[in-house]
Amino acid sequence: MKSDMLEYQVASYLLRKRIKAMMVPAAIIGYLVYVFFTFDIAGLRERVSIPNVKVLLSDVYSYKTHVARNNRSGDIEIAIEGERKGRYPAGKSPEWVVLGDETVIDLGNGHVVVFGQQITYDIPNFGRIAARPDKDGINAVFPTDNLPGWINVSKNRLAIKTDAGRLTVTRNRAEVFRYFAGWELFFFTLDSPYHGMSPKQLVATGDYGDILRAFWDNKMWRHGDVAWALLETVLMAFLGTFGAAIIALPLGFLAAKNFTPLGALRFAARRVFDFLRGVDGLIWTIVLSRAFGPGPLTGSLAILLTDTGTFGKIFSEALENVEAKQIEGVTSTGAKPLQRYRFGVIPQITPVLLSQILYYLESNTRSATIIGAITGGGIGLLLTQAIITQKDWEEVSYYIVLIILMVMAMDTFSGWLRAKLIKGDSADY
Amino acid sequence: MTDTRIEIQANYLAAMRQKRLLSGILLIVFVSLLLAGFQTANARNAGGFWQGLPNILDFPADVVGEAWDRKHLLPGYFAKYARSLIETVNIAAAATLVGALMALGLSLLATRRLAPAVRLIGPIRRLLDILRAIPEIVVALVLIFLLGGGPVPAMIAIALHTIGALGKLFSEVNENASLKPVEGLASVGANWMQRMCLGVIPQVAPNYLSYALLRFEINIRASAILGFVGAGGIGYDLRNTMSWGQGKFDEAAAIFLLLFATIIVVDQISSVVRNHLAFGRQERALTS
Repeated sequence: MKSDMLEYQVASYLLRKRIKAMMVPAAIIGYLVYVFFTFDIAGLRERVSIPNVKVLLSDVYSYKTHVARNNRSGDIEIAIEGERKGRYPAGKSPEWVVLGDETVIDLGNGHVVVFGQQITYDIPNFGRIAARPDKDGINAVFPTDNLPGWINVSKNRLAIKTDAGRLTVTRNRAEVFRYFAGWELFFFTLDSPYHGMSPKQLVATGDYGDILRAFWDNKMWRHGDVAWALLETVLMAFLGTFGAAIIALPLGFLAAKNFTPLGALRFAARRVFDFLRGVDGLIWTIVLSRAFGPGPLTGSLAILLTDTGTFGKIFSEALENVEAKQIEGVTSTGAKPLQRYRFGVIPQITPVLLSQILYYLESNTRSATIIGAITGGGIGLLLTQAIITQKDWEEVSYYIVLIILMVMAMDTFSGWLRAKLIKGDSADY
Repeated sequence: MTDTRIEIQANYLAAMRQKRLLSGILLIVFVSLLLAGFQTANARNAGGFWQGLPNILDFPADVVGEAWDRKHLLPGYFAKYARSLIETVNIAAAATLVGALMALGLSLLATRRLAPAVRLIGPIRRLLDILRAIPEIVVALVLIFLLGGGPVPAMIAIALHTIGALGKLFSEVNENASLKPVEGLASVGANWMQRMCLGVIPQVAPNYLSYALLRFEINIRASAILGFVGAGGIGYDLRNTMSWGQGKFDEAAAIFLLLFATIIVVDQISSVVRNHLAFGRQERALTS
């Protein structure tokens, strides 16, 4: 009888436990289902902009060179990515474009476009497409009547898209795109004498200063400005973190029970920390950028204010945990109050403080990128600017790589410094 | 005897002097770096520090003044923006949840004694490093271009960063887990999945939960910031009310208050739960 009872109790206990254990995954799945519907994740497929995905992907690893003719004046313009900064000087062209009475553009693999009296495009295994734009239209002629999907034609516009490139003809303008792998003009722009030289040739010239300057002032990639922007971002993190630490240390004493017996003062200091932390970096950034305008100083101050709150809390907690004996020992040698702090308290909390400060230095490098994007400074600003143009994705990917490297470098640096300083400290005692 | 003692004393004093000199030089270098950094930042800023300092309270004063003048409207604004606030919190919560779940899996694969494939440990750790290094805003802005505005880009961006951050912390927790339950389970023929679910996760769950809650606090802030750059939620409303210029600062004030209150409430709840987790564990450790 009793064992039956026990068995029943155990069984029901196990059942309850099992139900309890199932509750957690059930709650997680329930919440995810709720999110699935409120965020309309099912509708995401329609919202994905496929053209944008294609633009982004192709731009990241390739670039295109535009060859355009004004049909009225016959002027030819060759420009990388169609940008002014990438334009070839008049009369100059890459080797796959032959200028003359007839401009012959070799797109590779047998695809040849000719801008002459008429515009022709020879496509292997298809034939020749010709167009003769005038005021009535573009007058296109095709080898067959059955046009494939990659040819798009109307009275005033002809667009052909092949693997080799693209041709667009309107009444006023004919334009060819040819795609190349890589990032265009990454080292030198066209107006630099070093454009197109191999590393060996560069070494042979021996003008390292000039070469470096040409690279640094590259108008397309602006390596110099990018380096400055990275420095600005690191500077924001550095100033913000250490400024906050310097301000938070004395305030931390005010908020620590064992150093400030006066409850009201302690309470006030703690509420200041809570307020600084609670208001959050975003709001500080907005408030400060109204007063100081965009730039790295605003970003540093925003980080400084937020982290003063965080550090104040951490420091006061560390101070409450200091060993009183060490202070007594220092006092017994006749040390004055300031010396008591210097030799009795500071050595005890230094490792905690340093490791926290260095940890935040790394995390603030990331925050500085974000704050820079909001307030306008550093690499965050360059990144948002490049994204807003919606076409410079090669620059966006360049910045992203640099940001990742910057954060990882700061991580490594702060880890190295932490190991070095804290080990050094403990070896001293 | 005395000679050596004097010698030791002299050596000690010399070493002290050298140490002090080095510390002094380090301090000077550090302070001058700080000052030079401040000068540089100041020079590259649109407005200077000293010119801006007197104006620092102008904007808060405007906002507070306008909100005070129309304080009867504030409850209405709170109701109006509650939806966006819920969206911001949802972004953070969903991102934390998804990120933590994926971090859990990856951290088990990246812990030396638990991983089923030792060769994968290195690559997974590098992956976590990279995920941790990418600021959320980068992913969010790119995804906004591809997916349009709304909460999903922000959620994915925050979740990716969360995987990196929590994955590292979780795998540190895993390192300290006792292997005895795992060996016990292995001896009765449990597969890897069962060993992890029944042997490891019950040990580490409180620590996981406490780190995930801390992350949730951080992610709420991140979610508000990403809204500000166009990813929906209360940050988006905040930017709209501010960029409309005159006459909407009272609404901005309402949003400030909502955001402030949310952050404080979440911080408080999370810190109570985390304390409970830590304290509860201690108690259990004492009784067992």
